Amino acid sequence: MRSSAIVLIVAFSYLALLFVIAAWGDRRAEQRRSLVNSPTIYSLSIAVYCTAWTFYGSVGRAATTGPSFLLIYLGPTLAMLCGWMLIRKMIRIARAQRITSIADFISARYGKSGAIGALVALIAIIAIMPYIALQLKAITVSYAILTQYPDQSQPQLSLSGFLQDKAFWVALVLSVFIILFGTRHLDASERHEGMVTAIAFESIVKLCAFLAVGAFATFILYDGPMDLVTQAALLIPDISHRFGLDQVPGGALGWFGTLILALLAFITLPRQFQVLVVENVNEQHLRRASWLFPLYLLLINLFVIPIALAGLMGGTSTGEPDNFVLTLPLAAGLDWLPLLVFIGGLSAATSMMIVETIALSTMVSNQLVMPLLIRLPSLHLDKRHDLSGWLLGIRRIAIILILILGYLYHALIGEAYSLVTIGLVSFAAAAQFAPSLLLGLYWKGACRSGAAAGMIAGILVWGWTLLIPGFALSGWLDTGFIDKGPFDLGWLRPYALFGLEGWDIYTHALFWSLLLNLGLLVGLSLFSRQSGLEQTQAALFTNALRPEAAQAAIWQGHASRYELFMLLSRYLGDGASIRLLGHTRPKQDDDSPATPEMIAAAEHGLTGALGSATARILINSVVRGEALEMSSILSILDTTSQALEYNRRLEQKSSELARIGEELRSANERLRELDRLKDEFVAMVSHELRTPLTSIRAFAEILRDTGQIPDEKRAHFIDIIVRESERLSRLIEEILDMARLESGRMTLKPTRCNFNEVIHHSVEAVTRLNEERGVELELKLPAQPCWIVADPDRLQQVLINLLGNANKFAAHDQPRVLLTLTPYKRSYRLAVEDNGPGIAEAERERVFEKFHQIEQAREQQHRTPASHPRGTGLGLPISRGIINHLGGRLWADRGEQWGGACFILELPQAPEQVQREAVESQAG
Amino acid sequence: MKTPEQGRLLALSLLGLVLFSPPLLLLFDQPGIANFSTLSGIIFLIWALLILCAALILERHHEE
Repeated sequence: MRSSAIVLIVAFSYLALLFVIAAWGDRRAEQRRSLVNSPTIYSLSIAVYCTAWTFYGSVGRAATTGPSFLLIYLGPTLAMLCGWMLIRKMIRIARAQRITSIADFISARYGKSGAIGALVALIAIIAIMPYIALQLKAITVSYAILTQYPDQSQPQLSLSGFLQDKAFWVALVLSVFIILFGTRHLDASERHEGMVTAIAFESIVKLCAFLAVGAFATFILYDGPMDLVTQAALLIPDISHRFGLDQVPGGALGWFGTLILALLAFITLPRQFQVLVVENVNEQHLRRASWLFPLYLLLINLFVIPIALAGLMGGTSTGEPDNFVLTLPLAAGLDWLPLLVFIGGLSAATSMMIVETIALSTMVSNQLVMPLLIRLPSLHLDKRHDLSGWLLGIRRIAIILILILGYLYHALIGEAYSLVTIGLVSFAAAAQFAPSLLLGLYWKGACRSGAAAGMIAGILVWGWTLLIPGFALSGWLDTGFIDKGPFDLGWLRPYALFGLEGWDIYTHALFWSLLLNLGLLVGLSLFSRQSGLEQTQAALFTNALRPEAAQAAIWQGHASRYELFMLLSRYLGDGASIRLLGHTRPKQDDDSPATPEMIAAAEHGLTGALGSATARILINSVVRGEALEMSSILSILDTTSQALEYNRRLEQKSSELARIGEELRSANERLRELDRLKDEFVAMVSHELRTPLTSIRAFAEILRDTGQIPDEKRAHFIDIIVRESERLSRLIEEILDMARLESGRMTLKPTRCNFNEVIHHSVEAVTRLNEERGVELELKLPAQPCWIVADPDRLQQVLINLLGNANKFAAHDQPRVLLTLTPYKRSYRLAVEDNGPGIAEAERERVFEKFHQIEQAREQQHRTPASHPRGTGLGLPISRGIINHLGGRLWADRGEQWGGACFILELPQAPEQVQREAVESQAG
Repeated sequence: MKTPEQGRLLALSLLGLVLFSPPLLLLFDQPGIANFSTLSGIIFLIWALLILCAALILERHHEE
């Protein structure tokens, strides 16, 4: 029953069955009756986590290091428990951004950086290649044991004998399978329903196989677990100590370190990312998977300890602990069970290889090869018409290369490693993605340089503390440096870096590599600036679970529909392009602009096929103008700038209001002042009017009431009445003048007139007054006529007023008044000076205020009662108003002759006068 | 915004981490049947309980 032929037939039939199942899954997907759209299938597909390492290695690990094998499954259990928060966020981001692999995810988070994507892809290849080799080794070993039992010698691996190595043929069949179901078509979502169906089926097979062996060992070989344990305790004296914590490498600390390692690796292993995130159909499936997958892990581990115990009791017949699963039923002489176990191990190995190879080939083609090819100008890839063939070709070549590399690794150095070692070394390498990935999901500030530096440093430390010593222990290198350090530098010993001793090698490596990784990521992020796109992506990633984050990226650039369509169809083919753009094929001369939605859809489509970094380059090649960066940043900044703008406006408004308030206050003050002046004016005017009126009334009453008044006295009284009436009417006339002046309604009739003549008329008018007081008036006038433009009557009124004032204020003894007229520049200057006390400098402007003189006059009146007819106090303001209207000036100064008061009046010369003078001076 | 369900799951994850980590772990490492350490058995028990709790939290919410 265990002849090579039967085993081979069964094995390859099993692989053929996988093809059928995958084809069926794909068929159902095409018919839109997807099998994958089920939380149970999703949970089972996650069980790709359990590889041949679990299937064979767990028992080996349990037999040698006690319960530490459980850690590899407790870590993922914890990760799945918080998966509803963490993994759902990743799924949502991946859906929104059409993420195709973990390299794509991390590169998208850090500003769609091509360099980060390439770095992640390279690390993944270095980390995972040995893991793939491990699966091939498991197949070879299990086949050898199955067919050659009880001969348990390790199969001799050599490159020359690869045709005899069944693992080689399995790898070959698998590469065909992966090419068929992994790269059948380029889909925007990179989902492979057929493959997922096959993986889920394989998960069931490996679980059943393992449970079957476990049940056989526990219940058929022995009478249940109790019997097994007691017999083991009897048979092997020190066995009871093998399952305590002290058996775990590194003790409690090593336990914790391995737990964290498994937790991180579960999320960051490329194949786990593929099934958890990329292949997820509906994020609600995560609900069921969050507990169903841990349950799967629990079940597959349930019989590990019983099998290990039974195997240990088997002695030489069961051989190596790594092979107990297979040798136990073989030792019992069973035929079919070993075959089932072999198939279980085969399914564990193949499912891992299938998913891992697809994930790696996507990374290689999207993050490593395509970006390089597109940038190579000699290939002219950007001008080719159909690149979808190229893409698929690159991916297929990548798949074959990955499997060949895996096989070479297995054939060349596979012998040296035990299964367990390779698994954990790979885990530690994949865990280097965790800081950039997880911190990037929750911390907006994590930046590209930090992520790159952290991952590079982390992988270097990993290489030094795990990979190179591993090579050395395999006999490839001199092991001296492990104990003494390179060049005898003790602090560089790979298993005791910086003298940190007593830890198990994995916890030790994980501690140093993650410390450096995290430190560089955080440190550099704190001290560097993110680019615009990086900030946008950081915001989109960290806010992915918020409801408002469901927006699509908006392009602000311009591209013609034809160009966009051609770009898409080159990579995705015509059919997919028409579906994406929702249009018929545009004509060549169709240069109507593509809508932002079309550009966004095109980017999504290309991202799905090529990865975000490459898609960005391609879209940028046809879109002119501002692309995603600016608009997205603006939308993020929008709220801030709006608030700022609003603030600025408010500030402006309030300062404006303050200014208006100030103006209003000053206007109010002026109004109050004017009001006060008006009241004063009214009071004064009524006072001024009352004075003559009172005397008129008094004398009129005397005349009426007194019977006999001498004629002489009567005439005197009547004379007073007439004079006071005249004064009254003059006062009223002046008030009217004042009112006209102030309201601007004073009408002047300017004509050409001789200033000399006006002066003479005015002097004549005051002659009588002068004679009364005995004032000596002196005139100094030019001989020739002085032509001006003025209203002669009004001018005369001004002159009479000035002369009257001079008359009033001239000295008591020998009162003298001097009137001079002189040409001054282009005007005439008239000065009226008296020899009185003069006006104090502070008073000189105030005399032009209304009623100002009243006070003075009143004071004067007290001193010399009724000696002079009093002024109204309006003469000077009216005079200044008239002169201003005539275009001249009137002011008071100190007299030059006698130091008394001096009023100076300036009026411009008439234009003709100026001309004529010029003519005369020329003639003369 | 954390829903109550997310809070419960987060607490459950942290509880799992604490139960599977050294200080409490050392308590479980006692000699049991035939002098075997009880560690593995208790871990399987805790494991099963965690899965049960997660299933109750997630599936109950699902039906609501």
